[in-house]
Amino acid sequence: MTAAVFFGCTFIAFGPAIALFLFTIAREPLRVIFLIAGAFFWLVSLLLSSMVWFISVQISNKESAVQQKGLLIFGVVLSVLLQETFRFAYYKLLKKANEGLLTLSQEETMPISIRQLAYVSGLGFGFMSGAFSVVNILADSVGPGTVGIHGDSQHYFLSSAFMTMAIILLHMFWGVVFFDACEKQHWWAVAAVVISHLVVSCLTFQNPEYVASLVPTYVILFLMGVWAFYSAGGSFRNLKLCLTCKDKDFLLANHRPR
Amino acid sequence: MANNAEDVEKNMDQQQANAAPEPPQQQQQQQQQQAQEAATTRARSRGGSGAGGGGDGGGGGGGGGSGTGPEQNGQPPTPRPVVMVDAEEDEDEELTLKYGAKHVIMLFVPVTLCMVVVVATIKSVSFYTQNDGQRLIYTPFPEDTDTVAQRALNSILNATIMITVIIVMTLVLVLLYKYRCYKVIQGWLFLSSLLLLFFFSYIYLKEVFKTYNVAMDYFTLAIIIWNFGVVGMMCIHWKGPLRLQQAYLIMISALMALVFIKYLPEWTAWLILAVISVYDLLAVLCPKGPLRILVETAQERNEPIFPALIYSSTMVWLVNMADTDRPKRNSTEAASSQQETPEAAAAAAAAVVVSPAPSSPSQDDGGFTTSWVNQQQHQLGPLQSTDETRREIQQMPSARPPVEDDDEERGVKLGLGDFIFYSMLVGKASAAASGDWNTTLACFVAILIGLCLTLLLLAIFKKALPALPISIFFGLVFYFATDNLVRPFMDKLALHQFYI
Repeated sequence: MTAAVFFGCTFIAFGPAIALFLFTIAREPLRVIFLIAGAFFWLVSLLLSSMVWFISVQISNKESAVQQKGLLIFGVVLSVLLQETFRFAYYKLLKKANEGLLTLSQEETMPISIRQLAYVSGLGFGFMSGAFSVVNILADSVGPGTVGIHGDSQHYFLSSAFMTMAIILLHMFWGVVFFDACEKQHWWAVAAVVISHLVVSCLTFQNPEYVASLVPTYVILFLMGVWAFYSAGGSFRNLKLCLTCKDKDFLLANHRPR
Repeated sequence: MANNAEDVEKNMDQQQANAAPEPPQQQQQQQQQQAQEAATTRARSRGGSGAGGGGDGGGGGGGGGSGTGPEQNGQPPTPRPVVMVDAEEDEDEELTLKYGAKHVIMLFVPVTLCMVVVVATIKSVSFYTQNDGQRLIYTPFPEDTDTVAQRALNSILNATIMITVIIVMTLVLVLLYKYRCYKVIQGWLFLSSLLLLFFFSYIYLKEVFKTYNVAMDYFTLAIIIWNFGVVGMMCIHWKGPLRLQQAYLIMISALMALVFIKYLPEWTAWLILAVISVYDLLAVLCPKGPLRILVETAQERNEPIFPALIYSSTMVWLVNMADTDRPKRNSTEAASSQQETPEAAAAAAAAVVVSPAPSSPSQDDGGFTTSWVNQQQHQLGPLQSTDETRREIQQMPSARPPVEDDDEERGVKLGLGDFIFYSMLVGKASAAASGDWNTTLACFVAILIGLCLTLLLLAIFKKALPALPISIFFGLVFYFATDNLVRPFMDKLALHQFYI
């Protein structure tokens, strides 16, 4: 417990996301705004799914633990579906806004491309999702206590942190793939994103068997990462050029000599 | 202002060692501020009357606004032609988008900082969440009653009293402004910021030391508070580095919000937030609304609205003729007052509004001693430069290139009252909600999105708009929804470690 656990878990959970934010988003006001708007959309989806779950709990039998667990699982599935629906709604909104801006301004280039929007909105969803999942846990980890004193797992904080990191990055990858699929009308890809989200959430039903839930989640994370990389226009050649600092476009854009 | 001073002293005598006296002062300030702010967009400085109260300043969204600047360079300010050619309009739209986003971020950062300060204080210093049984005199009905109905009634009565006080103060301020009692208003604002910077910060520091068990002697404390206060007064009412001024404004907004969080009982606080947003909406948009009257009067007279306390995000340096009769000049205000953009119609709180137009023979000789003047007159013959002669010369085509109006350098302004109420909402959420951080986060995001939408509306309508309604509405909705619906759900999920 205390400071070491708190800082460790915070950096595990939010480290990559904050690094992404600082290096790619913080400088551009437009991206920051769309990030926060994405977070807002996720929040609204959570609100709706919580409302449905709450109502269903009120009309159900509160004594029966099995029923409550069943309702919780139903809540999780509903929440995942609503999140993806709101992701689609955000995509539609952004498309409309983009078109409006394009017709309004005489320029051909947009201030922000749909791919950047996909990345930013995915990260926004991820930030909010991760924050809501883990912030209360982190706040509790600062204070005194013994983890798992009643026989629960001792790795609660650590596993939560790793799971949160995976979820945040996954949301980002899902965002990229989702928007790209919507652009190209590849509805099978959209379905794949929804299904993978459902799979990841359902894997967590196995907690506290962390091996069974975390390892497949990270496998899915890696696969989605590769898919997002390719759908965003990356390729092995690009990667090689970038890593050896020979990518002319990138260098030009950043005003650096070869 | 004399009355206010008396009130303050009386109150101070009556109540020792608690900040209760402030509220009356604050309320008045609030009123004033409200009036001031209402004028400009966003100026919702309802904020604490207390010293900080001044915040009201009008917030003007978007650039300098039709700053009714004082005479510049000896010429009467000419309104910039609002007529724009069609071809330029589209370009301007594109620029508006890019620079509009920048302005939004320029407001996001200070609002976020203020909220972070308030939440951090609420979470660590228990003084601000303790119920000492003290109340403001404007909320005399207690909320620890036996029945829910009684509690509801009490809170409605409290909110009604508070709103009535605010309306009355706003009207008083508008009347004072209409009848040109500038000194009164200026003195009032000065006193309130004095109170906030010295007294409230002393209490805050005291409580922080108590919390962290820091032993400090009174001498060191006196030196710290003295320096903090004096530099604050200078930065806010006179000149200072921009970042320092912004930091002070954020600090006093946070202090004011903390006072509200401490002294307003639960239901009263939420009711007041809701009613104030409605009042804000009415006062700024209705034709007979006091704040709208204030803006229009200021525009008629071509004067900037009170500098009071308005958070301004940029400073533009201008070449200005040495003006006489100009007691205090805040460079941010001066800069912004010159920028009359068609976009921002909000009369940006410009610099000292209370100074009348400069008259030729002034008390300030501008550094020209009588001996020098005599010598010059002897050499060149009697010369007298009057406003008219200056104007003639100025109107001749000048060799100097015109000052470029750069969108980027035009800042945004937001009234301190807005800061205070946003922070109050988030602070109350973190203090009261048992869902803790989730609720706080939700309110935070909701308020930011509300601010974003308000700025978007400002860019579309280009006139004074209230900044409170949308944000507070979203904030309240998300607070109650998250606290009652989302919290149980997330708690259950965290218990089983399910992830959505």
